[in-house]
Amino acid sequence: MYEISMFGLSVTITAWQLLIVKLIVILTVVPVGALAGGYAMHKELGHLQHRLGPMYAGGFHGWAQTLADGLKFIYKEDIIPERADRRVFTLAPAVIFVPVILLFLVIPIDRTLIIEDLDIGLFYLLAIGSVGVIGVLMAGWSSANKYALIGGLRAAAQLIAYELPIVLSAAAVAMLAGTLSITGIVEAQDWPFLLWPPGIGLLAFLVFLVGNIAEMNLPPFDMPVAESEIITGAFTEYSGMRFIFGFFFAEMAHMVAFSAIAATLFLGGYRPIVPWGPLEAIPGILWFFGKFAFMFFFIVWVRFTFPRLREDQLQKFAWKFMIPVSLGLVLAAGAWVLYAPEQLWR
Amino acid sequence: MVMQGGGAGQLADDAATREIAEAVKQRSDSMGTQEMVLNVGPQHPATHGVFRLLATIDGEVLTDAEPVIGYMHRGYEKLVEARDYRQITNLVSRMDWLSGINNELPLAMVVEKMMGIEVPRRAQYLRVIMVEMNRILNHLMFFASFGAELGAITPTFYAFREREDIQRVLEDVTGGRMHFGFMRPGGLKEDVPRGFYASALAAVRQVIARLPDYEDLLIGNEIFKGRTIDVGILDKQTAYNYGVSGPIARGSGIDMDVRKDEPYLVYDEFDWQVSTAPNGDCFDRFWVLVHEVVESAKIVEQAIEGIPPGPILGKVPRVVQIPEGEAYVRAENSLGELGYYLVSDGDKKPYRLKIRTPSYNNVSALPPVLRGTLVSDMIAILGSFFFVLGDIDR
Repeated sequence: MYEISMFGLSVTITAWQLLIVKLIVILTVVPVGALAGGYAMHKELGHLQHRLGPMYAGGFHGWAQTLADGLKFIYKEDIIPERADRRVFTLAPAVIFVPVILLFLVIPIDRTLIIEDLDIGLFYLLAIGSVGVIGVLMAGWSSANKYALIGGLRAAAQLIAYELPIVLSAAAVAMLAGTLSITGIVEAQDWPFLLWPPGIGLLAFLVFLVGNIAEMNLPPFDMPVAESEIITGAFTEYSGMRFIFGFFFAEMAHMVAFSAIAATLFLGGYRPIVPWGPLEAIPGILWFFGKFAFMFFFIVWVRFTFPRLREDQLQKFAWKFMIPVSLGLVLAAGAWVLYAPEQLWR
Repeated sequence: MVMQGGGAGQLADDAATREIAEAVKQRSDSMGTQEMVLNVGPQHPATHGVFRLLATIDGEVLTDAEPVIGYMHRGYEKLVEARDYRQITNLVSRMDWLSGINNELPLAMVVEKMMGIEVPRRAQYLRVIMVEMNRILNHLMFFASFGAELGAITPTFYAFREREDIQRVLEDVTGGRMHFGFMRPGGLKEDVPRGFYASALAAVRQVIARLPDYEDLLIGNEIFKGRTIDVGILDKQTAYNYGVSGPIARGSGIDMDVRKDEPYLVYDEFDWQVSTAPNGDCFDRFWVLVHEVVESAKIVEQAIEGIPPGPILGKVPRVVQIPEGEAYVRAENSLGELGYYLVSDGDKKPYRLKIRTPSYNNVSALPPVLRGTLVSDMIAILGSFFFVLGDIDR
């Protein structure tokens, strides 16, 4: 039996009921989040590019545009190429999409608003976050298309190159916080890690940001899906539902999830940006969404500003710059934890 | 790794299988690789139309590339033989659809040359203004598409906003947005509307005022530099050999511009420079393109300021009938040298009109440049060769 108290209400439910509630929540939050994220992205993109963005669907400022886009894809024919490896081809979008949903499980929206507060939350995030690339590789290999194959292999190469900096920068965070639990990490941030310890937190944030942009295949690291080169790479042969779930929806949900994760790990999640009395009065949920919105705005901004790197330039950047930097980062974080005086910590 | 183009696994022919195995074994590296043919186009977003490139790739490296053209051949050189000269004006306008007026101009010039028609100075000035504004339109278009090919979508929309200002001015004058049909043997179709000079000047100045920002956005970007500097080098000699012209030749350090070398219209009365860059890589070609916008704007400004009064049409007979003979006229199109070789047998229609379009020669220089580059570089190079499909196939 569990007792849940939220917004002044208190209910007692069984473990099964709790599980069902959690499932309903996660299966609502992810699609709604992805759709809202898609809409926000289109609007931001529109204004960055001196145009309006969606304006008609649904009436008010085109709020239903992403919904309409999604519906359109659902009505489209599901085409499977004749020479494709059918089972792998049909499975790939699920392998891409499901891990992205699972990312949302451990993100705390407020002190108590979390689906499952795992003790190894950070480890879980890192592990689940990179499963999707297997789906991309599956899609690329099974499509029987040369462009798709190039895209799949590029994605795999990119994963190997960028998983390491991500893990190392996250390790630095775990060392500073002294825990792998996501709520534990948030609680450790009296000052957000971005600001304190000076330099280390900022550097870890930048490495984490760049690594994740590469892992999500967003520009300037979008070689695996490069529209003008290999025509969305591994997804060239996909259409209809599979395309929208494996590619657009998964990408959007991943961007939303990443923004939430970065806001949690480096910007202090649901806690105020500086430990100052009046700011503490603002509800944590607002802090969280404010930081989340900032991160989301930022990656969309980056996404539509930079040209694309080349595959070999990306690999060089990863192995010759990012990985040495992140190794140094782990060293610096360790030194800070070991030698910095206790009163400097928080 | 052995890359199998679909179905290669079921090779029944023993000899072929052995041959492949032999080829794989011969590779000194531990993992045998095999070349595969990647068919880029005719439907591919980076080819701006139905252009096809047969790329042989080893991993991501192009070992060979062969442009295949002709998907858009409309037989213009034959079609013009059944049309009179005003009709041809509208036809050639559709060759390089990004610079319609630029195509019409040399046609009018070749007719004038053969008939000995004198074009009034005011008409010549107006021609220069229209042609240069059309050139700005064309260059902004390639500015936009090159950014998009390298993955930066936003510059596209900025460039299109600027294009729209100029487009509107040209629309006021000609009524068209792409195929203007405004040149006539002897002058122009009609006079410019009231307020044209002010709006043209404003539109061009707007472009010049905003261009530095766009330049910073692309040319100043480290990733852009990394993607374009020393990529796709077209050296001077190769450029000469293939008859490359226009911004691409000038990007390879060839100081060549028909407007300067063989001034036609009134180009020698204006103060402007030919932009050249020495290295011949993608960056230089793009740099030349952007700087030509500035030079064209300079010409437009000077032409508007110095335009003399007068008629817009010379003394042209009611029926344009060219005496027997032949003539060749060339002019600087937005993408290079455009030439018309006209043979007349004294009829109202041409006996033969040979058209030398810039894109055709420029694209033929692609294979030597593409060999040994990466797939991503291939896209950058295709984008920096600034070709229009209609101009290649016509």
